[in-house]
Amino acid sequence: MQNWVPTRWLPTLWILSGEWRAHPVRMGLAVLAIAVGVALGFAVHMVNSAALASFGRAVASVQGRADVAVRARSAAGLEEGLYPKLARLPQVQAISPVVELTASWGKLARPGSNAKGGRFTLIGLDPLRAMGVTPGLVGLSRAGQSGVGSRPAWQGDAVWLSPALQRATGLQPGDAFTLTAAGRQAQFRVMGRLAAAGDDAQIAVIDISDAQWRFGQMGRLHRLDLKLAEGAGARAAVQAVLPADAVLATPEAEASRADALSRAYRVNLGMLALVALLTGGFLVWSAQALSVARRRPQFALLSVLGLPQAGLVRQLLAEGLLLGVAGAVIGVALGYGLATLVVEQFGGDLGGGYFSRTQARLGFDLPAALLFGGLGLATALAGSISPALAAARTAPAQALKGLGDAPDPAKAPRALPSLALLAAGGLAALGPPVFGLPLLGYAAMALLLAGGVALMPALARLLLAPLARRGATWLPLDLAVRRLWGVPQAAGLALSGIVASTALMVAMAVMVASFRQSVDDWLVAVLPSDLYLHLEGAEAGGLDPQAQARLAAVPGLAHVQFQRVISVRIDPARPAVAVMAQGGHASVPLIAETDAAAPAGTTRALISEPLAWLYGWRQGEVHELVIGGVPRRLFVAGTWRDYARQWGAIVVPLEDYRRFTGDATATEAAFDLNPGADARAVQEALQAALPVAVQGQAQFGRPAEMRAVALTIFDRSFAVTYALEAIAIIIGLIGVATSFSAQVLARMREFGMLRHVGVPRRQILQMLGLEGAGLGLIGALSGLSLGLVMALVLVRVVNPQSFHWTMDLALPWPLLAGLVAALVACAGGTAVVAGRRALSRRALLAVRADW
Amino acid sequence: MRPDTPSAGPAVATSVLAATGLVRAVPLAGGGRRSLFSGVNIALAPGEVVAITGESGVGKSTLLNVIAGLDAPDAGEVLIGGKNVAALAEPDRARLRASALGFVFQAFHVLPHLSLARNVALPCLLAGMNAADALARAEATLAEVGLAGRGGDWPAVLSGGELQRVAIARALVHRPGLVLADEPTGNLDPETAGRILDLLLAQARDRQAAVLIVTHSEMVAAAADRVLRLSASGLVPA
Repeated sequence: MQNWVPTRWLPTLWILSGEWRAHPVRMGLAVLAIAVGVALGFAVHMVNSAALASFGRAVASVQGRADVAVRARSAAGLEEGLYPKLARLPQVQAISPVVELTASWGKLARPGSNAKGGRFTLIGLDPLRAMGVTPGLVGLSRAGQSGVGSRPAWQGDAVWLSPALQRATGLQPGDAFTLTAAGRQAQFRVMGRLAAAGDDAQIAVIDISDAQWRFGQMGRLHRLDLKLAEGAGARAAVQAVLPADAVLATPEAEASRADALSRAYRVNLGMLALVALLTGGFLVWSAQALSVARRRPQFALLSVLGLPQAGLVRQLLAEGLLLGVAGAVIGVALGYGLATLVVEQFGGDLGGGYFSRTQARLGFDLPAALLFGGLGLATALAGSISPALAAARTAPAQALKGLGDAPDPAKAPRALPSLALLAAGGLAALGPPVFGLPLLGYAAMALLLAGGVALMPALARLLLAPLARRGATWLPLDLAVRRLWGVPQAAGLALSGIVASTALMVAMAVMVASFRQSVDDWLVAVLPSDLYLHLEGAEAGGLDPQAQARLAAVPGLAHVQFQRVISVRIDPARPAVAVMAQGGHASVPLIAETDAAAPAGTTRALISEPLAWLYGWRQGEVHELVIGGVPRRLFVAGTWRDYARQWGAIVVPLEDYRRFTGDATATEAAFDLNPGADARAVQEALQAALPVAVQGQAQFGRPAEMRAVALTIFDRSFAVTYALEAIAIIIGLIGVATSFSAQVLARMREFGMLRHVGVPRRQILQMLGLEGAGLGLIGALSGLSLGLVMALVLVRVVNPQSFHWTMDLALPWPLLAGLVAALVACAGGTAVVAGRRALSRRALLAVRADW
Repeated sequence: MRPDTPSAGPAVATSVLAATGLVRAVPLAGGGRRSLFSGVNIALAPGEVVAITGESGVGKSTLLNVIAGLDAPDAGEVLIGGKNVAALAEPDRARLRASALGFVFQAFHVLPHLSLARNVALPCLLAGMNAADALARAEATLAEVGLAGRGGDWPAVLSGGELQRVAIARALVHRPGLVLADEPTGNLDPETAGRILDLLLAQARDRQAAVLIVTHSEMVAAAADRVLRLSASGLVPA
């Protein structure tokens, strides 16, 4: 190999290979730290991308790839009369009317069914019209023919299934298919599969007249797919004739909506994965800094013999590059395996619930692999730059004699650069969201972390100054304190790994604990009744007044409150908001409410925190919202906390909703039981009182069970965060162990000298144990403090800017105390174990050794 | 030892090393500076051996560092092979050291994880020689210092005297014009020290390399062509 390498690089190559041979474990750990960070980031990205792509394909399949679509703002749909109005526009080349409902099959459609069941999108369309606009939604018979214009394929009870739905149901052409939608049950016959629906979406297509007639949608449409003529102004022409309850959904807006649904969650997961990479970077920096300190005389010799400073810097950067390349390659391979495993176990949304109806398909993403591999490489290089420059700055003549790096206890470490970083972090935390994401919040965390770690030497010195001044009568303690106080830079190196990983772990733990406690408190507030009923997928139809009366008449009930929930689009580029029409007093956890009466002509409404954030609505303002096809003026009377609907919700009085829409149905109910009533018996009675068609959609829940389920989902969605916390701790503990052992081994001469002057071995070990424990305590407490500050940024800045909700701070003290104790014990124990090795006979000989 | 000669030594024009008017002071902890030496003049002819003695802390090693371009004088000029060392940029000074200077240290400074041959070959590689030639020359130089056939050995198995032989081989392998030795026998017993000193001086003279030795040892001083004493007032014949 030395024939291929330029001559001047050979000394570098020989030194590097010698170092790696001499210290394979330390180098291996640095490589592993980079690999873990790259693996996590790459895995999270691959899973997110696959899930999003699958979701996007599913959405596109449902939409059928029309030029544009006119959509109803709510599940109430559009007046059918809009169809001919748009069809007459010269700018519209072709138009296809669509009924779109959420439907269910299996035991969700028929409670007694053995089939496991699921939900899917039921589309009713006119196949002749659809062929010209969205041919992908037109079905194929077993013979592969569309059946358009031929009987009896598109008549009667024909249904066409997407490949994904066919797989889920196991149905074949000719089989009967019972489904429920809009509160009604109907049976169809499977005729074939959809021509080009793709593998991602679960869709069934029936004739539009069947959809309207069988599912109570007469005179209503949900969508009009359009093919527009070429030329500017076509969209504007369509927009001009739209009524208030319709929006123009362009492909860009739909893509933006699909992306927005999970963007914050994905970005946060990605950032958390990068946290692991950042922690790995600290380990590399610590390892390189210690390695450089140990090899200072070697570098000095090379410099004396004629290696320029730039050559020395190149050597150390080359070392970092090798660490980075090795870590990146291993990390990408690990990441791919991890992504495959995670998709199988948790699904494409990693438990977040955003893509539960799609199946993510994983493929190797080469650009992403290069990106994350490059990040790993950059991290390793960044961790090597400062030690490389420090080595180049050292005067070689003094370093050869072991001087020059000898610390001057009279000189206190500079704190100003660290304080500047901390101040910059504080300022960044005050910044607004950038592109709707808390990028300044993340920058604040990185600056706070860098500043906190850099402050360690000055902080260690400050904290130990009183002890150093007073001195200790016990020799090991005195030596330990004086060493830590006199050589704070060395302490800083050892502390950096502890502080970084502790701070990150504390920040994430406090954020998750705060969020969990806030969610739990919120659940208690929103679930004050004894029993709840929810009809899944019932937006287009729910419990009619007769059904409601039968439920209210069930024995054992003290009070019933019905609710109607519909989705309404305010912004076509954003997911719909939930309009919750509640009877009686609103049962939401209020943050603020005004006593002022609603102005005349307005309806009193309570908006959720996310809605206030996203749309800028404020208490006391009046805003319009289309309900029942007409814009209604809403008076914002208050704001409430909501963790269930990230894109916003509005509570309006049920009587006002019914007056606006004429819709007397209900999709939710809250039941208060009489004292002493048997909750199980009442629930069974309620179930029996439900119309047969909706029994499969009905979900009953008691508050304790619902809280438990919600918290289980919460824990599952944060499973990745918990894993990252654990990795941060492990990397930190490894960093503690390696840096302590390296520093102890580098002090063999010092121990040899101490033994020569008569200090017993036992006392030297005690000194090391105290140094290690002291550093561990300082590092853990510093990390704890820094972590709490970073947690504040997560809780008060990152979360609100990402998800548009706030939470109360909750500190998991038992966990944090346990962490501090574990770190102190690990640090002290590691120092003692390393010290035993250093105090071998070699230490005595080291006093006279060359190196 | 030759009879006393003026500290300026040979004529500058024929010198391997010509330093004039060197001044160096070092900063003090409480502020201010302490003068180490001033008005130092020295010149060495090819093959000449000059010893520098003086009290501890007078600046002998600092003087060597200034001559080698590892430290900058506060005033004065150092010419090596006619090149003004202080006027060179750092990369050029490094190149000059690689081609024109050899170093022998009290603590040997043999890299523990390079073989003996690779340790010796380092200056050749840094000077631009290809690896095969550098290693071949290293093996030959090891043989000349009494370590024939041991190029593949590791430093850990060598005695102090053998390590210093390796260091001498490294100092001379690239045929420098000037060898700077800082207490080369300081870590050796008297018998070994004598043998090492004879080896260093014989090898240097064979190559017409000048040798400038900093030493406390009277034996080393006695073996030199000239002995100079460094003090705060300058460099004078001992």
